[in-house]
Amino acid sequence: MNFTKAINNASGLLFQGLQITVTVSLISILIGTVIGFCSCLLGLSKWRGLRLISKFYIWVIRGTPMIVQAFIVYFGLPQLVHQLISPDFRISAFSAGVVTLSLNAGAYLSEIFRGGISAVDKGQIEAARSLGMSSMRTMARVTLPQATKIAIPSMVNQFIITIKDTSILSVIGLADIVNKAKVYVGGTYQFFETYILVAVFYLVIISILMFVSNKIEKRFNYDKKKG
Amino acid sequence: MIRKKDNEKIIVRGVHKHFHDLRVLRGVDLTVSDGEVVCVIGPSGSGKSTLLRCINRLEKVTEGEIIVDGISLTDKSVNVNKARENIGMVFQNFNLFAHLTVRRNITLAPVDLGKMTKSAADEEAVALLRRVGLEDKIDAYPHQLSGGQKQRVAIARALAMKPDVMLFDEPTSALDPEMIGEVLQVMKQLAADGMTMVVVTHEMGFAREVADRVIFMSDGLIIEEAPPKEFFANPREARTKDFLRRVSSN
Repeated sequence: MNFTKAINNASGLLFQGLQITVTVSLISILIGTVIGFCSCLLGLSKWRGLRLISKFYIWVIRGTPMIVQAFIVYFGLPQLVHQLISPDFRISAFSAGVVTLSLNAGAYLSEIFRGGISAVDKGQIEAARSLGMSSMRTMARVTLPQATKIAIPSMVNQFIITIKDTSILSVIGLADIVNKAKVYVGGTYQFFETYILVAVFYLVIISILMFVSNKIEKRFNYDKKKG
Repeated sequence: MIRKKDNEKIIVRGVHKHFHDLRVLRGVDLTVSDGEVVCVIGPSGSGKSTLLRCINRLEKVTEGEIIVDGISLTDKSVNVNKARENIGMVFQNFNLFAHLTVRRNITLAPVDLGKMTKSAADEEAVALLRRVGLEDKIDAYPHQLSGGQKQRVAIARALAMKPDVMLFDEPTSALDPEMIGEVLQVMKQLAADGMTMVVVTHEMGFAREVADRVIFMSDGLIIEEAPPKEFFANPREARTKDFLRRVSSN
């Protein structure tokens, strides 16, 4: 075992990969949250057609492995576009990775948001409506703040999964930390040291995320706040 | 009881409400005059709460008409949100907004709906809380209040919209016995101030003392109505007598 050597030689490479991992995760979490929120609203719509769109999306994403989704986006989609629209179309591993991860996170977050919204006490909504607030206003002022509190732990869980799932994208050539590690061990055979280092990197990022989310969760603890 | 037509605050005409096969209201007619306090009593499942919830359209009627202050709540083209601003509602389970302080509970709707500026609403909140005896709780969160305090804040919240009519849906049923009095006291004051009130309640003492009229419902129909003295002294219908006997034996 030679950790000193691994740290000295691999760190640069791993940090490059880490940057990609963090960037892809952050962008995907942001886009995924927006997609999830929109899908959740579609799912709660009174029009059946809109509800079906949301259901179908969630059904497809949850029912297929992410690695297959990544292959479809990275290899399949360009082929389709070449044949149908433009032969010049290209998609980078980075873009394909973000698309795949965002769609993936979006589907799960949509269900998390839906669960949060439906867990809000109906009496809270009736009280707002009885005061003359419209359903939109009620959603914005009463339902969503309370749904967010309910949903935060599951959201954080999904964010953690998204960060870790970036590693799967190394199969389409995304230069993330796992990919860089593979390159390094290919030349040095320092499997144990390198992958332990990778694990530590992941632990650090996820610990930071958990620290931040705990702070945020505290701000939403209105049922424990002292006025 | 003969009253002038323009004096009628709430008119319920031929209201039916069905939940699928269940006929909860089966043709209810009721008129409430300006400043009148009507107590609705009856066994559970008799449709009292449903009737109340139909009045501000928390439930849609299956058939019939409901008019509050000249505005039809059963007319689909009527802006129901606007109409509800004028109809305060107090719930059995208080339903205070759990994520907001007492102050924000009271000021949320008036400020958000452009009825008051923030500072005017804040002043109003202080005044209303003084009225219900809870000025010191203005910055508390609902979970820090007792049931009786929550219900008093809920009344203040409804009053902040300056409604012409107040609906009370079993306001003391979820309270510990020692807290019922403080809530009824606030309601009595409100009645004395001339508020038009419809109160679904199990508090016979309150009905006897405060109501102008007591209504007895059973099986989705109004069976009997009379001023409280008459109602409690000489109930006419067998079902009313039976209900009052069972209530008083408790």
